[in-house]
Formats: sequence, structure tokens, C-alpha cells
Amino acid sequence: MHDFVQHLINGISLGSIYALIALGYTMVYGILKMINFAHSDVYMVGAFGAFYIARALGIQAEPGVGSLAILLISSMVICSLLGLVIERFAYRPLRNAPKLNILITAIGVSLLLEYGGQVVFGADPKVFPEVMKDFVIISFGNVELKSFDLTVLAVSVLAMIGLQFLIYKTKLGKAMRAVSANASVASLLGVNPDKIIAFTFIVGSALAGVGSVLVGMKYPKIDPLMGMMIGMKAFVAAVLGGIGNVRGAVLGALIMGLSEEMVVGYLSSTYRDALAFGILIAILIFKPAGLLGKYSVEKV
Amino acid sequence: MVRALKNPLLSFIAILVFGLVFQYGFDEYIQLMVLFITVNCLMAMSLNLVNGYTGQFSLGHAGFMAIGAYFTAYASVNWNFLPENLQGLSFFVFAIGSGLVAAAAGFLVGLPSLRLKGDYLAIVTLGFGEIIRVALLNMDFLGGPRGFANIPGFSSFYMSYAFAVLWILICFFTIWRVMKSSWGRGFLSVREDEIAAESTGVNTTGMKVRAFVLSSFFAGVAGALFAHFTNFINPSSFTFLQSVNAVIMVVLGGMGSMTGSIIAAIFVTTLPEALRPLQELTGVDLRMVIYSLSLVLVMILRPKGIMGELEITDLWRKYVRRSARS
Repeated sequence: MHDFVQHLINGISLGSIYALIALGYTMVYGILKMINFAHSDVYMVGAFGAFYIARALGIQAEPGVGSLAILLISSMVICSLLGLVIERFAYRPLRNAPKLNILITAIGVSLLLEYGGQVVFGADPKVFPEVMKDFVIISFGNVELKSFDLTVLAVSVLAMIGLQFLIYKTKLGKAMRAVSANASVASLLGVNPDKIIAFTFIVGSALAGVGSVLVGMKYPKIDPLMGMMIGMKAFVAAVLGGIGNVRGAVLGALIMGLSEEMVVGYLSSTYRDALAFGILIAILIFKPAGLLGKYSVEKV
Repeated sequence: MVRALKNPLLSFIAILVFGLVFQYGFDEYIQLMVLFITVNCLMAMSLNLVNGYTGQFSLGHAGFMAIGAYFTAYASVNWNFLPENLQGLSFFVFAIGSGLVAAAAGFLVGLPSLRLKGDYLAIVTLGFGEIIRVALLNMDFLGGPRGFANIPGFSSFYMSYAFAVLWILICFFTIWRVMKSSWGRGFLSVREDEIAAESTGVNTTGMKVRAFVLSSFFAGVAGALFAHFTNFINPSSFTFLQSVNAVIMVVLGGMGSMTGSIIAAIFVTTLPEALRPLQELTGVDLRMVIYSLSLVLVMILRPKGIMGELEITDLWRKYVRRSARS
């Protein structure tokens, strides 16, 4: 029983990290109808950016909430700039190209970041600085609620609430929803789709930046290929919840995180990576639009 | 029948003569490269059937290659039904066997997942590729993470080369003939406009599954060749990167061009070796960076790939026509 509760806590903590990255996939998909394969590599670059900034500022000497905030903001800025550059130079020239070409470009950008990252940062893993002290907040028998889990959860929930506010309560969010519904009609009504799409990339990448710092805190080993697997799982989470749907992404990410912890805890850790795809295949066969997604018929 | 076999037979003999040059003119390093080029040719051509002709994006090709490689490895170590001097023949039988097993896997994967389109299909095939890899990691009788060593191979370079060339020609002319048949038209119609194809009575899912099964057959054979040539396989030879490698070859060569795939396979296999001096100079692996950059640039500048849908013979015909006009 105690084990189960501990797995539950770990699963929710993992799931909220997946959620942050899944939101980036979902936002870009909702507007551009494309999978931004490079999203998880933007996240990797964010982690390295935070690592170098922490080293330059000497932050690892003074862990605390202040240094966490500095790292979060710098990583968000780095990621959003990178997202903007990718959108401008790789995706915008292909705005009207067939979907296959856009998909291949996205894979190309992803590989470019991964292996370019190996060239720039070196292929060996680096240790992320200790941003905050990890201490046990509540201890109940064997069950421990650590401060990291709580921080991760709090930051993710804040980011999600902010995103929800942005999309449904602001003018910008209204424009985003308009472009998502129909880009050409939106442009007739005075919305500049290029700007909105660029903005979407900024927001999505900034969320990836938040995720990167949180993961760096929890699993302090970073390397240029770290985005590959977590990106796949976050994407699966987004599809599971119904891609293009913000709440769906969060729900899917929590399901992913929990089921993964349970598989590792009760079965075997070797099946960890196969689980995500197993879930994905099952979902796509039985409910192709995801749990909260709407099924749309393609019109001729 | 004799007429249909004329072209493959002539090309077989021609390429075999070409192989003599490699047998006597070059060292073992280059010979191994030539064998890898043949494996990659087979991979690129088979993936071209799905990606190029049928327009479905599959990212799990390495999985089928892995199935083929492991089947051959297991079979040629454990099953001996032919006398000693006919061992080469059993390799042929095992290659067909691995093709069939991979094709069966392709059918199982394809039937549910090919109802999906575009991005989803890419992810699902990627997922199947990964699941196959994880499954192989957990199978102890196939070596698990340690890999499968001591796979019997051919005694000489020339025998391996002839075997590979034989399979390349079988693959090339099979796909060539299929593309001229009603199935081939069906594949093309699915690529051009799925909804229109469906409304004119083409069974689109059926067509996709057929293309997928045929493609995974040849991927399985490619895996069998790979196993024989390297004599050692382990699950990490068949990762996501191997699938992407095949995609890069198809895209660079031109989606829907068989000869383009072959040219790209030769180019993509030799490029890292040609870059080796530069790599030693800078001390970093530039191969994947150049691959991925060229992938993005080709997609932006020449979306159909280098050859587009043209074959070499088409280019030749164009050239002749142009020079006749002037």
C-alpha cells in the first residue's frame, strides 16, 4: 500500500513534467496541424542553456527559489528564441507544402539539433547544478513527499493555468483560436497568421524551457540526446488526450506518467519505453481522436 | 517469361563483372563498404515503395530489418538441412524465410495502423519499430542485449556480393513490374489523392497494406544480408536512426524514383567515409549534422528530392531529345 502511494506520487510528478512538454506539441499541432518533432530538442537546448547560465552566474553555490526563478526565465528565453528561429527558417518556407514534406523537415530539424548539440556541447552527459535543496516535506511510513515533486507539480500547474488563461481570456488567445479554426478567414478579419504562429512557437518553446529546468532538477544528468525519449512520451501523451486539446494533453500526460511508474514498479523497467508506444497504438486503434479529442471527417 | 527475364539477367551479369573490379582491385575495407551499400540499396528501394510510391510515411523500417536479421541468424546457426557444399543455397532459403517473417510482421503492423494518416502513421510505425527492438532486448534465446554472434557468412567477398546483387535485382524488378500493374496504379492513386482514389473504388487501406507487406519483405531480406555480412547483430543496430537513415536515402534520392534511391544509398553510405579525414581533424561526428541539414535543405529547396519521380533512363531520354532538337 505504501509502495502504491509512493508510485502514485512519483507518477504524478513525472506526469506533470510530461504535461509541460506535451502542451508544446498540442499547441503547435492545434494551429499548424503539424507535429513539431524538434520540440523535444528545443527542450534539450533549454536544459543546456540553463546549465551554462548557472555555471556562468555561479548559481550552484547558492541553491534557492531565487536561482530557480533565474534559471527558469533564462531557459524560457533561450527556448523561445530557438523556437522562433526554427519556425522562421525551417517551417515557414514550407507553410503550403504537402504534409509529408513538413514532417520530414521536422525530423531533419530534430536530428540537426540533436547532433549539432553533440558537436557544440559534447556527447558526454553533464551534471545539472543543484538549484534547490531536495528535502522531505511529509513522511508517512515509507511514503515520502519530497520538495522537488511539489515544486514540479506547482510550476506545472501554474504554467497550465497561465496557458489556459492566455488561450481563453486574452485577445491573443482569441486570435490563436481563430487561426487554428481557419487561417485564411482569420487573415481576412485582420489577424496576421504568421505572427500568431510565431507567437505559438514562442509560448510552446517557453513551456519546454520550464520543463527542461524541472527535469534537470529531478534527474540531474543532461546530454544532447535526452530529448528523444521524453519527446516521444510527451507526444504520446498529447495524442492520448486528443491532440490540439490543452486539457487533453494534461490528462494524457498524467496517465502516461502514472502508468509508466506502475510498470516500472510492478513489472519490469525494460518495458518502460515500449509501454508508451503500446498505449499509443491501442488508443489510435480504438479512439483515433484521443480521449478528449473530437473526431473530424475530412471534407473534399 | 524469357523476355521478362532478359533485362534482369543482363544487368546481373553486368554488375557481376563490375564486382570483379572490387574483388581484385580494392582492399577489404572498401569491399565491406560495397556490401553495406547493397544492404542500404535494398532498404532504400523497399522503403521507396511505401514512402515514395504510396505516399505513406513509415518510420519503423529498421524493425522489419531486425526481424529479418534475427530470423536468418537463428536459422543459419540452428537449422542445418543441406549438405556442406550446398550451404550457400540454404542462405538463399533463409533470406526468403526472413523476408516472409518480416512480411508477416508487416501485415500485422500494417492492418491496424494503415487506417491512420500522415503524422500518426509515422509515429505508430516508429512505435512498432521501437517495440520490436525492446522485445528483442528481452529475448534471451536471441542473445538479448548481448547480441547474436558467430552468424555464418559467405566464404568470399565475391559470393556475398553476387548474393546481394541477386537480391537487389529481384527487388528492383519486382517493384518495377508491380508499379506497372494495377496494384501499382492503386499505390500511385493513394499517394496522389486518397479521398478521390477511395471514391473511384480503390480499396485504399488494402493498397497501403499490400505496399507495406511487400516493402517489409525486402526490408527483412536486407536484414538477412546485413546479418550474413557482419556476422554479428545486436538490437542497437536497428534503432530509430537506422529507420531515419532509410528515410534520408529515399528523400534525397527522390520520392518515387527507384534509381534515385540507389544513387542516394551509394551516396549516403560513402559520405561518412569520405568525411572521415575531416572528422579526425575536428574530432566530432559531423555525419549526422550534415545528413540532417541536407534533409532540411532538400525539403525546402527541392521538395521532391534530387531525382524527383524521374528514373535515370528518363533523364537519359530527356537529354537525347534535347540534343536532337538543337
